[in-house]
Amino acid sequence: MPLSVSDIVEFLGVLLILIGSIMAVISAIGIIRFPDVYTRSHAGTKSSTLAVLLTLLGALIFFWVRDSFSVRLILGIVFVFLTAPVSGHLISRAAYRARVKMSDLTVEDELGDAIRAYEEDNDDSDKEAKGDKGE
Amino acid sequence: MAFQIVINLIIAVMWMFLSESYTGVSFITGYLLGILLLFLLRRFIPGNFYMHRFFKIIKLVLIFTKELVLSNVEMVKYIYTPEPDVEPGIFELPLDLTSNWEINLLANFISLTPGTLTIAVSEDNSKLYIHAMNIENIDEEIRSIKNTFEKAIMEVTR
Repeated sequence: MPLSVSDIVEFLGVLLILIGSIMAVISAIGIIRFPDVYTRSHAGTKSSTLAVLLTLLGALIFFWVRDSFSVRLILGIVFVFLTAPVSGHLISRAAYRARVKMSDLTVEDELGDAIRAYEEDNDDSDKEAKGDKGE
Repeated sequence: MAFQIVINLIIAVMWMFLSESYTGVSFITGYLLGILLLFLLRRFIPGNFYMHRFFKIIKLVLIFTKELVLSNVEMVKYIYTPEPDVEPGIFELPLDLTSNWEINLLANFISLTPGTLTIAVSEDNSKLYIHAMNIENIDEEIRSIKNTFEKAIMEVTR
């Protein structure tokens, strides 16, 4: 069977979609396996972003050869690229603010230290302010 | 930069008028000629030559793509090791960037690089709090990555 250029490019697109779906499975396994919210959102943010991007890129290449160039797919790629890390950041930030516990493996927490230092400072200044009023 | 792009567009439209063919091809020809003209006259036009900045943006996108792929390879490694030796933790990173959208870009980049995830920005925009997957042996290495990122972003914006 002769293999034309369009066949090869089509194959490339199919390969990208396959790699993308494998990455999606890996990210799902990661979400199950990791111990706490923060490490899970590592898996959720990175792997699933790349999975969606590869799948969309594969679809773009496939339909480019078959049919026509689709600008909507490119826009989709750009939007996912911009929004996925932001959502990961927001979810983990909200979890931190709701005082979700980190796993026992955790060795360091400088954000917690900073917040505690800040709160202590504010307590002191509150007391001072009250003391001033009392006087 | 915007000023130079506007000049370039005007040159391209002028080229279309001069050659009396109103097609995409002649627009692109005119635009390329405009880039050449701007390059030759760059000493008389305020600001740096804007294609310079354009190449920096391309470089940034390439770095970004590379880091995204690397971070996923690392993720796969973590997920498929039977007993992943993760030591998660949060560390703080002092920022040199000042404007809001630079920090936004850096936070996005950090979220997509190997083993790190931005959790919070400090109140006065001077520090980022980053959750790292393996804080012990990556800490220093990550700082160097941040320096390349921060440098690349600064080259684009300043």
